[in-house]
Amino acid sequence: MRWLLLVLAVATAIVAGVMLGTLRLSPVEVLQGMLGTGAPMQTAVVRELRLPRVLLAALVGAGLGAAGAALQGATRNVLAEPYLLGVSGGAAMGAVIAVALRAPAALVPLAGFAGALGAVALTLLVARAAGGRGDARIVLMAGVVVGAFANAAIMVALAGADASVVRGALWWMMGSAADASWGGVRGLALYVLIGIAILLLLARAIDVLALGEDTAAGMGVDVARVALGVYVAGALLAAGTVAAAGLVGFVGLLVPHLVRMAGARTHRTIISAAALAGAALVVMADLIARVALPPAELPLGAVTAILGVPFFLARLRRLA
Amino acid sequence: MIVFDDVAVRYPHRELPALDGVSFEAPRSRLTAVVGPNGSGKSTLVRALVGRAELSRGAILVDGAPVEAASRRVLATRVAIVTQREEPAFPLGVRDYVGLGRYPHLGLWRGRSRADVAAVDEAIALTETASLAHRAITELSGGEWQRVRLARAIAQGGEAIVLDEPTTFLDVGHEMAVFELLDRLARDGHAVLLVSHQLNLVARFADRMVLLHRGQVAAAGTPAQVMQGEVLERVYDWPLVVTRDPAVGAPALVPLRARPRG
Repeated sequence: MRWLLLVLAVATAIVAGVMLGTLRLSPVEVLQGMLGTGAPMQTAVVRELRLPRVLLAALVGAGLGAAGAALQGATRNVLAEPYLLGVSGGAAMGAVIAVALRAPAALVPLAGFAGALGAVALTLLVARAAGGRGDARIVLMAGVVVGAFANAAIMVALAGADASVVRGALWWMMGSAADASWGGVRGLALYVLIGIAILLLLARAIDVLALGEDTAAGMGVDVARVALGVYVAGALLAAGTVAAAGLVGFVGLLVPHLVRMAGARTHRTIISAAALAGAALVVMADLIARVALPPAELPLGAVTAILGVPFFLARLRRLA
Repeated sequence: MIVFDDVAVRYPHRELPALDGVSFEAPRSRLTAVVGPNGSGKSTLVRALVGRAELSRGAILVDGAPVEAASRRVLATRVAIVTQREEPAFPLGVRDYVGLGRYPHLGLWRGRSRADVAAVDEAIALTETASLAHRAITELSGGEWQRVRLARAIAQGGEAIVLDEPTTFLDVGHEMAVFELLDRLARDGHAVLLVSHQLNLVARFADRMVLLHRGQVAAAGTPAQVMQGEVLERVYDWPLVVTRDPAVGAPALVPLRARPRG
């Protein structure tokens, strides 16, 4: 029943996302556009603009939701999120470097992806050097250190840059699904599906790991290996979404909470439901970003944060 | 059977080893208890058993095979561990939690079999936790949580169960219930290895006691052999006498008040 509601929510968000915008389309016109039987303009808007954009947003939300759910479970930390382990700082640093070097716009996401991967690798190396074999606290702290370093490097780089560079980098950091293309959707779909599949395979081990590292070791979990698997899969998922749409904050932090509030208990359920809920949330947020203040577009990351705050406040009231 | 053979563990940045040449065994159908003051190495024994503390010397054998040779998963089907502290981070259901005890028996793809469900039912029945089955583990009282953790360990299905201070924070009734359950598990053929501070209760229930002091075995044997005033006074560094409990006849430790200075 709850699964049906979740799937319905995703479907509704996707349909609404394709229908609404500067040019409003009826469901019939959307269908005609998809089949290519309507006016050329309709077909172009549906096929080339809205559908890839909505699907990209859905994939970004699914990846962030699933990664956040798995990372929160494996670290036993409800504040863990996919941009942890230096992902956000590293991605932003990569993008800023690309913008500052006046690289072509198409290279900026790739630079962000490379920066995220570099930061994750550095975080895990730092944690390993500190002797934290699978110790969640040490990995989290190493991520904070690497992220802080990346942010400092960005500020140094931007301090002397001219206004257009600052604006370009800042805009990318705020997240947007506007540059969606079918090629991007296909690539991200493969990436996100594989990432979520790996997390689902690890789901039962995450259930055990969430009981604590010593207990999990006694129950047959290879703590260091499972934890590393979750960190790498979660961080790679986040990095992939960053390459596609920049930094979309709050989704990976918030969605797992929503899913657990709705009663999901084991991580197979939590991760699957978080993927669906994340997809619905980001599609809705992207829709709001497009239609709230036309013709301007709001940054996607700002909309997800604004949507997230009331949920989070409600959650806080429950915890208190 | 679990055998500790000349086990030594050194933690980094510590001058003295946490364990230094500890040898004893926990056979099947027996309740073996490890006692000793804080910092004597009791919990390190448990950590070494699950591979969370590296041996610098010696070996730990489970059913004759060294633990580092077996995979964690295979080991977990033979020995279940109830660690000293386990604070649930998420509100898992009690039945799901006990079911996680079957983790080492499940493959990556294989779901729960009838045998898994039966093991969970049996563990819940044995620990009398059926009335808690629909609750979340984050909502349980201290006594309920310890019983549920025991159920999870029993569901794991191994022949050995190791418990690190399972009755800390429990009142007398709940504490006795745990000891009675451990006694029953030992009678049913399990090798039960208990780490505890409760010397007097251990002396009544255990078949063998091992007294640790600064990482070494200070005394080992039957409760009557280990519960000797002289050695206990030295190990615990506190004046005490050992008497015989008039009600149950077991040796009983009575700590004395501090000697007046001067």
